[in-house]
Amino acid sequence: MLRNITLGQYFPGTSIVHRLDPRAKLIASFCYIIAIFTAKHYISYGILIALLFVGIALSSIRFSVFVKGLKPVVIIICFTAIMNLFFTKGGGIIYTIGAINIYYDGLLRAIFMMLRVLMLLLSTLLLTYTTSPLMLTDGLDYILAPLKKLKVPVHDFTMIMSIALRFIPTLIQETEKIISAQKARGADFDSGNLLRRAKALVPILIPLFVSAFRRADELAVAMDCRCYHEGMQRTRLRVLKYTNIDIALISLSLCLCVLIGTLRYFGL
Amino acid sequence: MSPIIQIKDVSFVYPDETDPDKTVLQNINLSIEEGSFVAILGHNGSGKSTLAKLFNGIHIPSKGSIIVDGMDTRDEKHLFTIRNTVGMVFQNPDNQIVASVVEEDVAFAPENMGIPSPEIRERVDEALRMVGMYDFRLHAPHLLSGGQKQRVAVASVIAMRPRCIVLDESTAMLDPVGRKEIMETAIHLNKAYGMTIILITHHMDEAALADRLIVMTEGDVISDDTPQAVFSQVETLKKAGLTVPDTVKLLYELQELGINTSLDTLSTDDCAKQLFTILRNA
Amino acid sequence: MEPIIRINNLTHTYSINTPFERTALDAINLDIYQGEYLGIIGQTGSGKSTLIQHLNGLLKPTSGSILFDGQDIWSSPALQRNIRFQVGLVFQFPEYQLFEETVYKDIAFGPRNMGLTDEEIDSRIRRSMQFVGLSEELLDRSPFDLSGGQKRRVAIAGVIAMEPKVLILDEPTAGLDPASVESLLENINTYHESNDATVIVVSHSMEEIARTADRMVVFREGKIPLSGTAQEVFIHSEMLTKMGLGVPQITSVFSHLYKMGAPVDPAVYTVAQAKDSFLTALANQREAE
Repeated sequence: MLRNITLGQYFPGTSIVHRLDPRAKLIASFCYIIAIFTAKHYISYGILIALLFVGIALSSIRFSVFVKGLKPVVIIICFTAIMNLFFTKGGGIIYTIGAINIYYDGLLRAIFMMLRVLMLLLSTLLLTYTTSPLMLTDGLDYILAPLKKLKVPVHDFTMIMSIALRFIPTLIQETEKIISAQKARGADFDSGNLLRRAKALVPILIPLFVSAFRRADELAVAMDCRCYHEGMQRTRLRVLKYTNIDIALISLSLCLCVLIGTLRYFGL
Repeated sequence: MSPIIQIKDVSFVYPDETDPDKTVLQNINLSIEEGSFVAILGHNGSGKSTLAKLFNGIHIPSKGSIIVDGMDTRDEKHLFTIRNTVGMVFQNPDNQIVASVVEEDVAFAPENMGIPSPEIRERVDEALRMVGMYDFRLHAPHLLSGGQKQRVAVASVIAMRPRCIVLDESTAMLDPVGRKEIMETAIHLNKAYGMTIILITHHMDEAALADRLIVMTEGDVISDDTPQAVFSQVETLKKAGLTVPDTVKLLYELQELGINTSLDTLSTDDCAKQLFTILRNA
Repeated sequence: MEPIIRINNLTHTYSINTPFERTALDAINLDIYQGEYLGIIGQTGSGKSTLIQHLNGLLKPTSGSILFDGQDIWSSPALQRNIRFQVGLVFQFPEYQLFEETVYKDIAFGPRNMGLTDEEIDSRIRRSMQFVGLSEELLDRSPFDLSGGQKRRVAIAGVIAMEPKVLILDEPTAGLDPASVESLLENINTYHESNDATVIVVSHSMEEIARTADRMVVFREGKIPLSGTAQEVFIHSEMLTKMGLGVPQITSVFSHLYKMGAPVDPAVYTVAQAKDSFLTALANQREAE
């Protein structure tokens, strides 16, 4: 069912990871991702994986929840791993299946690629699980604020993002309802060729679009009524303030980038 | 008491409508007193919802004027003052909640008004307490019940500190429990805080709870009095395609049979007492 | 008499093995008969919506079974598909599911999925329009240009056109004004009587259910604590009030009157019944004098 997708979902909590400033978390995630792509050696990987687990442990969200979040992308991960496994040459053959040789380097690359994708996903999940969408957009709003001077409509952009996030669950619920309703009229989504299946989506997509437009219309009026208008000087309920822990996190994240970079320089 | 909203000779046709027969409102004159609880009752297409949308300048009258606390809604420079004087709650709670956390949604209007952060916090907490949703301030709106969502929508409007709240068919999509929650909230805001409430509805049992009841059909006001007085006009309401509460209907039918009943009884208790007295005196 | 639908020990649990696990139906047993008009009442979340989605196979029981005409609907894939046409389900706010360019095509969707011939589809569309009280002139219009009430009727016609033996409607009158409620209930009754169809209506409104249904079933927290005719159910007015359901206004007046010691029927639920009961009491009183 659609509602089982946890990617991008937020799990409210009061752990230290939850309480961190969203800007600090965004910067740290960004640094971490740079570090993932810089890392080459298993020592670097070891450090990164260890840090990830520390983060997950501190979030007090059960690990099984993270595993569930990975489910939708398992196939993609396996596919990349297999591609790497089969099509990388070098380092001597370790196994042969029919016409395909599996090389030592291929195996290594497959493992590293898989770890890299997993780390990437898990770190993103850690960020979204522990940070409310609103805090995320707030954080982005602050981080991107300097761009406002260049006439980039940063605020409009983050507003659009937060409304989109707000409506995702609503639209998922609505889609489920429409699917059931059309099934009740005998709609068949699971048989026939690709064209037939694509056509079968029309009875779902049209009502969904119609309803999305209606919602947008009503929402616009409701926002008008609550004094949302162009050129206003918005203030905020929550003023973001860095605490010492946030500053420490940002510093450590920068150090991590430097550390992994240095390790790479020395071939580790 | 002074009026908070004055409706003077107002007619309304949708701007893109060319057919003059499609006039939604015809020469309406009304005055809404500050601190009153007014219900506007009418069937679909009676113009009640359109009238509501004139109260804070979503629509501008085609003819006549709407004066909110001395400000004409046609005057653009007053638009934002008017909007935070008269707050609007709409039908579908899902389509008026902007944020994915309850308290952030309540903060939306004060944020737009440029209110300093500490005061926003005060207003948000106060508004959520007034509708009894303070304990849910960190919840995600899509996981709340219909009535709870709608109470959040009411709080989001209260955070502007309006003097009048218009509930534009805000109970129409709710189940009986949700409807009761909203009605209790509305009555509480009116009685405890003196807030003017304008309730747009087609449920007569809700309209019966107001101090004043305005009945509309075909863009026209056909009755304007206390709910007791309005509902005793059984024939007028019938002609307008509206029914009266079952209690009134029963008393009316007994009256037709020559039994001496008074029709200005709306609560079930009072109706039972009246019937009991008739039996005892027989 | 054999029931057309037999619900056997039905349990349904959502999101098993997750933190969101919730039992919506808890070992429900219920028989529904051919030609019956059944009212289902209960608060939001009491399990009534979950139940109706089992009756046409949209949801699969966690345990227990649903028999249609004596056969388990999950026993064969053919039956699973066929059951959708035998048991027509109209969801809440069905107007939000319209999608075709014309009313005609939209109503045709269900019958077409059944694989009927064009002539048969055409005659069914016209019949169903009649049932829901819409003029055939609307058939070529876009469903999106109609009024709210008309859209609702078109959506209901879309299910009626499949001519199901059992027609289920979830809150068919929600959000409609009193005049539209009356005429829609009449339309549903017409379908019920002329096709000898079983009709199941889910509602929040005690008044509505009491007036229309032959039998009512009360849901609470996934169980059925009360069922029977309106009279039988409304005797328990205190229990119903405690469940947040309440009783019709008239019932509440008369149970109050009864408690005060007046010799009236405490379970009346229409104005006509109330009038009769009161007049009888009055006549007896006068005689006693």
